[in-house]
Amino acid sequence: MGRRSFLGLGAALTGSLALGGKPAIANPAQESPPADAPWSQSIGAGVVDRPYGRPADSEASVIRRNVPWLTAGTESSVSFSPLQELHGIITPNGLFFERHHAGWPSIDPAQHKLMIHGLVERPLLLTMKDILRFPQTTRVHFIECPANGGMNWRAAQMNSLQFSHGMVSCAEWTGVRLSTLLEEVGVKKEAKWAMVEGADGAHMNRSLPLDKCLDDCLVVYAQNGEALRPEQGYPLRLVVPGWEGNVNIKWLRRIKLGEKPWHSREETSKYTDLMPDGMSRGFTWLMDAKSVVTFPCPEKPLDGPGLYEIRGLAWTGNGKVKRVDVSTDGGVNWQAARLHEPILSKALTKFTLPWRWDGRPALVASRVVDETGYVQPTIAQLRAQRGSNSIYHNNSIQTWQVKPDGSVFNVQLA
Amino acid sequence: MYSSRKIGLLLVAVVLAAACARASAAEPGHFGYGSVATPAQIAGWDIDARGEDGTGLPPGKGTVDRGADVYAEQCAACHGTFGEGEGRFPKLVGGVGSLRDERPEPTVGSYWPFAPTLWDYINRAMPMPAPHTLSSDDVYALTAYILSLNDLVPAEFVADRNSLPKVKMRNRDNFIWTDPRPDTTAKPCMNACVNAADVRIASTAEGRNLTPRTTGPLDTMQPK
Ligand code: HEC
Repeated sequence: MGRRSFLGLGAALTGSLALGGKPAIANPAQESPPADAPWSQSIGAGVVDRPYGRPADSEASVIRRNVPWLTAGTESSVSFSPLQELHGIITPNGLFFERHHAGWPSIDPAQHKLMIHGLVERPLLLTMKDILRFPQTTRVHFIECPANGGMNWRAAQMNSLQFSHGMVSCAEWTGVRLSTLLEEVGVKKEAKWAMVEGADGAHMNRSLPLDKCLDDCLVVYAQNGEALRPEQGYPLRLVVPGWEGNVNIKWLRRIKLGEKPWHSREETSKYTDLMPDGMSRGFTWLMDAKSVVTFPCPEKPLDGPGLYEIRGLAWTGNGKVKRVDVSTDGGVNWQAARLHEPILSKALTKFTLPWRWDGRPALVASRVVDETGYVQPTIAQLRAQRGSNSIYHNNSIQTWQVKPDGSVFNVQLA
Repeated sequence: MYSSRKIGLLLVAVVLAAACARASAAEPGHFGYGSVATPAQIAGWDIDARGEDGTGLPPGKGTVDRGADVYAEQCAACHGTFGEGEGRFPKLVGGVGSLRDERPEPTVGSYWPFAPTLWDYINRAMPMPAPHTLSSDDVYALTAYILSLNDLVPAEFVADRNSLPKVKMRNRDNFIWTDPRPDTTAKPCMNACVNAADVRIASTAEGRNLTPRTTGPLDTMQPK
């Protein structure tokens, strides 16, 4: 386009705007198709009208939500991702579930530092600038709070996909491998454990075995291509792939290597699993394989008999999802669902299965098998092992009851 | 097409290259970014105390009486005068002997395995509105007070780096620190896995009225 015609276009645009943009809108009801809606007969908002951008106004209901009666306040609390409205394996940054223990801090990245010390050759203090210089790694991983589904241990309680499963989210994380940082400081041979600590008011801290740190942990500053959100640990967080959310320390400020674990409050009083015999399991880091049907679900009922696509998500802390089976009759018969690419390690994986609903009552459920052969258990199988007071790690099969009117309810089978 | 010999050589080259890259990266200070943390800097940041043996507990001490005073001022509003917990704020006492009950009550007295963890947690995370603002002595005093509220130490107890690791917590021996999972061994049966007549709904969330709404503005529902 030449300069002249470009200017001409500019003039034309200015002209139409100057006209005030109120063309006569024909009554759409009287128009023969294709009728033009008002937005097709007017000019839209220009570039940088929303310099960052946000979802369409009609999507205002698609937000993280909390359970106000669950916690004393919102600072040590949790919000749930609206899985019923999400269609991919990546959680948009504004919808990633939250769990804070002392609220989320507003950190000045110019002042944030990471200290690595303890049983190391060369203790280091790294600025964000320093951390950004290390070789980059990008990987997609889910993070799930081990209390996801905790409210359904005793019975089906939350009549909602968002509130029964929304403490899992998945993002593409970019940062530096923790092993690179540990090689840079030089790990002394007596070191067996790392204590990782956040810069929030909780000074959240957990112990991690050194083997895991050297295996696949990431120290990340970016989430889905942009800087971490403050709620997700801006400017720096740890990602511990496949392990419970709590160890993925946000606002990461310190890593200390030692010979033994620390047994912090968050790995003794909390994040331990009480068994019926009074014994408790500690250091239960792994997130076992889990899946859930995201359509239909209580928030997304069926609209009369006919052909539908059952949709859902599956994930496993063990690696990759191998197979997902779907049942519509309460687990009498199962059919293998289609897994959608990409199938990534320790990431959400999408599955679908076409289903002709005849309008009769149905019990819809999914069951994942992961690459280690581990099969997602029923709640009855889990309770037989752990009772119903262990709060964490409920990865049981979720059953949705579909009633003849298409409404959907969270139920548990005997 | 590559011959298997060529592929073999290629593999050797790749492995060697990877080994070299690793060897150099594994050298401490290879990148040279950042600054070496000085002992003074480390001392300022190094706040943790280990639960099991108290390693990292600082010098200083605190009595139960002093703890009662600080507690009344800084903690009681949320945790209750005697640790009974206001509203939904956590209880700091009680629940002893409840861990096998239908409704167990895990607290410092009934559940926590290690006393130094209490010092560490109060020091790093409490009081909730102003975390990590108390002196080490006051944290020792608060630890002593909460332990005494739970009848774990006598009224004349003085908490310090030597006494805390020796406090015998009630639930200390009831933790297994190696994960026994997987603890279920389901088989992925495909057909006639259960008798259709036996499929029964044991519980439903329908009508429970516990679920906040998932459309419109945020719900502010309170417990019924
Ligand atoms: C504004 C309210 C508030 C005040 C004031 C407060 N706390 Fe807390 N405390 C909490 C909350 C909320 C939690 C739970 C935090 C969490 O789980 O993330 C908690 C947790 C605790 C726990 C752990 C309980 C357990 O069994 O895991 C201890 C111990 C504790 N507080 C001690 C104190 C002490 C000592 C003080 C005074 C110096 C204090 N708190 C002041 C709100 C408060």
